[in-house]
Amino acid sequence: MSNTFLGMPSLPVFGSGNLNATEPFPKAARRELANTQLRANLGHATATIRDKRLKVVAELPDWEDMRDSGSAIKDATMANLPALLEQFEANFTVRGGVIHWARDAQEANEIVTALIQATGESEVVKVKSMATQEIGLNEYLQEQGIAAYETDLAELIVQLDHDKPSHILVPAIHKNRSQIREIFLREMVDVDPGLSDDPARLAEAARKHLRKKFLSAKVAVSGANFGLAETGTLTVVESEGNGRMCLTLPETLITVMGIEKLLPSFTDLEVFMQLLPRSSTGERMNPYTSLWTGVTPGDGPQNVHLVMLDNGRTAALADKMGRTALNCIRCSACMNVCPVYERTGGHAYGSTYPGPIGAILSPLMTGITSEENNSLPYASSLCGACYDACPVKINIPEVLVHLRGEDVDSTRGKVKVPTQMDLMMKGAQWAFSSGSHLNLLEKGLPLGKLVAGRNKVIKKLPGIAAGWTQSRDIPAPPSQSFRQWWAKEHKPGSAVGPGTTTEGEQA
Amino acid sequence: MKIALFATCIVDAMYPRTARATVTILERLGHEVIFPAGQACCGQMHVNSGYFKEALPVVANHVAAFDTDDYDVAVAPSGSCVASVKHQHELVARRCGDAALEARAAVVGAKTYELSQLLTDVLGVTNAAEQLGSYFPHKVTYHPSCHGMRLLKLGDRQLNLLSSVAGIEMVELPEAEQCCGFGGTFSMKNADVSSAMNADKAANICGTGAELCSGGDASCLLHIGGGLSRQGSHVGTLHFAEILACTLDRPATVLGEVQLAGGKR
Repeated sequence: MSNTFLGMPSLPVFGSGNLNATEPFPKAARRELANTQLRANLGHATATIRDKRLKVVAELPDWEDMRDSGSAIKDATMANLPALLEQFEANFTVRGGVIHWARDAQEANEIVTALIQATGESEVVKVKSMATQEIGLNEYLQEQGIAAYETDLAELIVQLDHDKPSHILVPAIHKNRSQIREIFLREMVDVDPGLSDDPARLAEAARKHLRKKFLSAKVAVSGANFGLAETGTLTVVESEGNGRMCLTLPETLITVMGIEKLLPSFTDLEVFMQLLPRSSTGERMNPYTSLWTGVTPGDGPQNVHLVMLDNGRTAALADKMGRTALNCIRCSACMNVCPVYERTGGHAYGSTYPGPIGAILSPLMTGITSEENNSLPYASSLCGACYDACPVKINIPEVLVHLRGEDVDSTRGKVKVPTQMDLMMKGAQWAFSSGSHLNLLEKGLPLGKLVAGRNKVIKKLPGIAAGWTQSRDIPAPPSQSFRQWWAKEHKPGSAVGPGTTTEGEQA
Repeated sequence: MKIALFATCIVDAMYPRTARATVTILERLGHEVIFPAGQACCGQMHVNSGYFKEALPVVANHVAAFDTDDYDVAVAPSGSCVASVKHQHELVARRCGDAALEARAAVVGAKTYELSQLLTDVLGVTNAAEQLGSYFPHKVTYHPSCHGMRLLKLGDRQLNLLSSVAGIEMVELPEAEQCCGFGGTFSMKNADVSSAMNADKAANICGTGAELCSGGDASCLLHIGGGLSRQGSHVGTLHFAEILACTLDRPATVLGEVQLAGGKR
């Protein structure tokens, strides 16, 4: 067993770290919407990735079957997670790796810090990792006097700019090349002062900057795309090769992986190695796939650690409807097709996980009653584009609606004064639960016509409906409803019947 | 065939002419239309806003109104309402622990069709000009609506029907598959994002040079039309059923209060 076994957590343990929004989504969205540069950058970038993805997905005749396979493998993994975790631990350990279990962000950060401190080092290189973003590892290490250097180009840009990532795959998607040039000129030591904003020149500057770090680093920290229970193997999938430098050159390798990242068998990987690159970067195959199983004497890192991170994942797993969110392979296809994400960008979601998947994953991991995260399930028009794009068929709209229900139920009866929305829903319940109720209300339609006046539009509504009329008119309602017209034309025993209704159409 | 019309709450109260056009089309094809009087609303606003408890009596009312043998199929001129009847009603009943309602909702859901689905798949309409006498000499663009496109998988059914209308000139809408941003209470809770989405939709519509934007969902059309109107645009919105109901002899009656370019009401 592992050296620092902390015991299986009791249920449910909600997540902490960078999972919580600090302000409600509508407020953050309003601010981000005002950033026209951000919208232009995002609109361009997401449209490009969207088109690329559609093209390569269309090449595979069995794409839908592949999605079904991915979904089924992940469902099976979640249904059997405890046993698979133990199987993984046994295989990883027997091959010389050391496993650590972390209940939440704090525990994970403490474990990683202690492991680094044990090496005597005060610098680490990092492979791009969502799990370490989630727990706020870089910031924590900094407080302990340890410098963590991001080596993924986009992560490096974000880190140098003291900014936060805004996309799972392209963390610097909100910045354009001239902004990146400015960041490099400002933050990189020894940078060529004549640096242009040509992507190749920018990449070269980053390469020179990182080279020194790769060659001197004794410790690397990574995440993992997949953990294979059958063999105890870890996997990192990337485009640049910087990750592989970190995974092979240092003496100590510390990986932080969410417990949901397992796949039962080695052959399951073939499905995901097709689903992931096509869904995320729109490529048929990613340039670098690294797999490692424990320690190989004399080759690569000789101290290999894995921190198994819960941080709210068992809480999500306990939600029968919501657990499907754990099937996520972090491809980011959902955010690239989401009309809400495209306009607000990732920062509006607060959490490390933005976009549609973040809107369900974050509240599932923190609990729906978590401050401000309860606004996330509403950050969607339920258009369904995310469900269509998801390579593992997570029915995001359905989970969003489920979580809205959890949110409404969690405040039911607790709050003394009902919200305007509560009152509106109560009123609509009365109106819509009987044809005669609705008919009675519709007798008031001429009143609406009166309100609309000569222009025949309503331009201002009070209360929560005011949001509607900030940019939209409401047409004047008709003088009579359809049901009133029907009742008049179709009186029992009247001559009006099939084929003659058009006669009644004179308005 | 005996067809039960589900008018939907927005059509019933705000766009009765869409329901009347639906009746006209179906009767023109020789079918008998009935209107179950107890009907009110599908409840999707409640469900999509998380108010499952409040949705239950609404769903129960719909199921009670349509759970009869008095008709062969039910139809609604709205993709999202049909999607709600087909995909949400059972879920609501299950979540509220009403197994009997769940079973009856499944029966009603299976008998309910979206209008273009019924016309194309059941009633065999392939050419509106020939089979319905549809005539509409205007330049029209088309917004497919998320629920029809993604939940009901309507494909090009509505577009094909529109294209087969005599005199019509259809122009393609750029980024047609993008949501207009209505999303029920989303347009109130996230009014800023919703407005931004609608503004982009309106810009795409105006860029086509069409006189009208057609579609199959009254709420999307209400939203898009409301944005266009606020911007002072002369481009109107019109449900595809109303275009199909238009003939050479009866153009104005079906247009009702829709504003065409040029301001004719």
